[in-house]
Amino acid sequence: MWTWFHRLASPPHFYRLAERWLPWVGVAAAGLLAWGWIGGLVFAPPDYQQKDAFRIIYVHVPTAAASLSLYTMMAVAGAVALIWRMKLAECVLVATAPVGAGMTVVALITGMLWGKPMWGTYWVWDARLTSELVLLFLYLGVIGLQQAFEDARAAARACALLAIVGVVNVPIVKYSVEWWNSLHQTSTILKLGKPTITADMAVPLYAALAGTFLLCAYAILRRVQNELLWRERRTGWVAELL
Amino acid sequence: MSAVAALLRREAWLAARSRSDWLMPPFFLVVVVTLFGLGAEPNDPRLARFAPAILWVANLLAALLTLERLFRADHEDGTLEQMVLSPLPLYLVAACKLLSHWLLTGLPLVLLSAPLGAMLGLDTAAVVALVAGLVLGTPCISAVGGFVAALTVGLPRAGLLLPVLVLPLIVPVVIFGAGAVRSAQQGLPVDAPLYFLAAILAVCVTLVPWVCSAALRNAVD
Repeated sequence: MWTWFHRLASPPHFYRLAERWLPWVGVAAAGLLAWGWIGGLVFAPPDYQQKDAFRIIYVHVPTAAASLSLYTMMAVAGAVALIWRMKLAECVLVATAPVGAGMTVVALITGMLWGKPMWGTYWVWDARLTSELVLLFLYLGVIGLQQAFEDARAAARACALLAIVGVVNVPIVKYSVEWWNSLHQTSTILKLGKPTITADMAVPLYAALAGTFLLCAYAILRRVQNELLWRERRTGWVAELL
Repeated sequence: MSAVAALLRREAWLAARSRSDWLMPPFFLVVVVTLFGLGAEPNDPRLARFAPAILWVANLLAALLTLERLFRADHEDGTLEQMVLSPLPLYLVAACKLLSHWLLTGLPLVLLSAPLGAMLGLDTAAVVALVAGLVLGTPCISAVGGFVAALTVGLPRAGLLLPVLVLPLIVPVVIFGAGAVRSAQQGLPVDAPLYFLAAILAVCVTLVPWVCSAALRNAVD
């Protein structure tokens, strides 16, 4: 039953698997992002209050969601790497950090650009914004720690420990808008009951969300492939491949 | 138990033989707070409003100064390897190192912060909130900082990396610690932020020695 799991951990097997998935993931990401962004930026009706400024959600919400999900994934990969000493999980951990950091930067910048016309300021020191900034620092810390080591495996295990300790920040970011009085609004789409967003606006948003996650998957798979090639550069299967 | 006592006694001996190690952080704290006092307008009443942030950040930076050396000497002369190989559980060794770090650097800083708070114009209630917050918060700084010191021990640029990794992890402690002082200044109850600090301390005391020992094992592997 677990053979697929063990086979997945084998670098040459995973490399070939990723090679087979990548075109599909790439095409799906491009298609969904095109649907979400064209639908959201051109066809969705303007908001009754924010007019066209609300359209930033088609970038801001997907990247912010990805920044949190990727950190969680990085910590899970770290736990797998520590418990089973699985090389592939180490590669996933190392590959996820820069992608997650990029998503966090985009979420912060788009939020600031929206904040200026809507709140009258680019930045406020409230719970949601501050904890998202701390998330960026945690990503940068993992990247910095990884680059300080000479040995790739020791680096990945150290990063795994740091990522696991830092994961306490994820629920703080997610629930900061409910626990504290934040200027940032609460979630519109991910809640129980009737959504408070019309379908014309919501459907492109879901497409943009799925597209962004697939784009991250594409970037991470490519980075994992590179990491595998570099780590296994002295082995037969890499020599055969290149 | 005797092994724990021996470990703590060893730390005390080492500290007694190199006084500058534990005398420098309090001196650093005094100089930093004095510079804030001198940098502002003389007797500026606004200084008291910034005092919580100044004192907490100065405490944090003073503790960071010593953290880099927490495991470095032991790593260089091979003591750390002996500790990893010894029959004593490694989390107990880590807990002893963290406890001794707090006793030798955290506690003096806490005691010194009370008169410094008064110098910056805090009233009695605010000083009490400051000291109570620091008593709960500085062990968290020692614990989280010690964990990161264990992660980076033996790295060439550990001194630069350590603050960058510690500061984001310690943000909640500073928020609630300084928040307690601000509440006291406004005459509000201070127990909510102090309870938060106590909860963070409970998590640190119970979990950090384990992750710290995992980091040490990774460093000597």
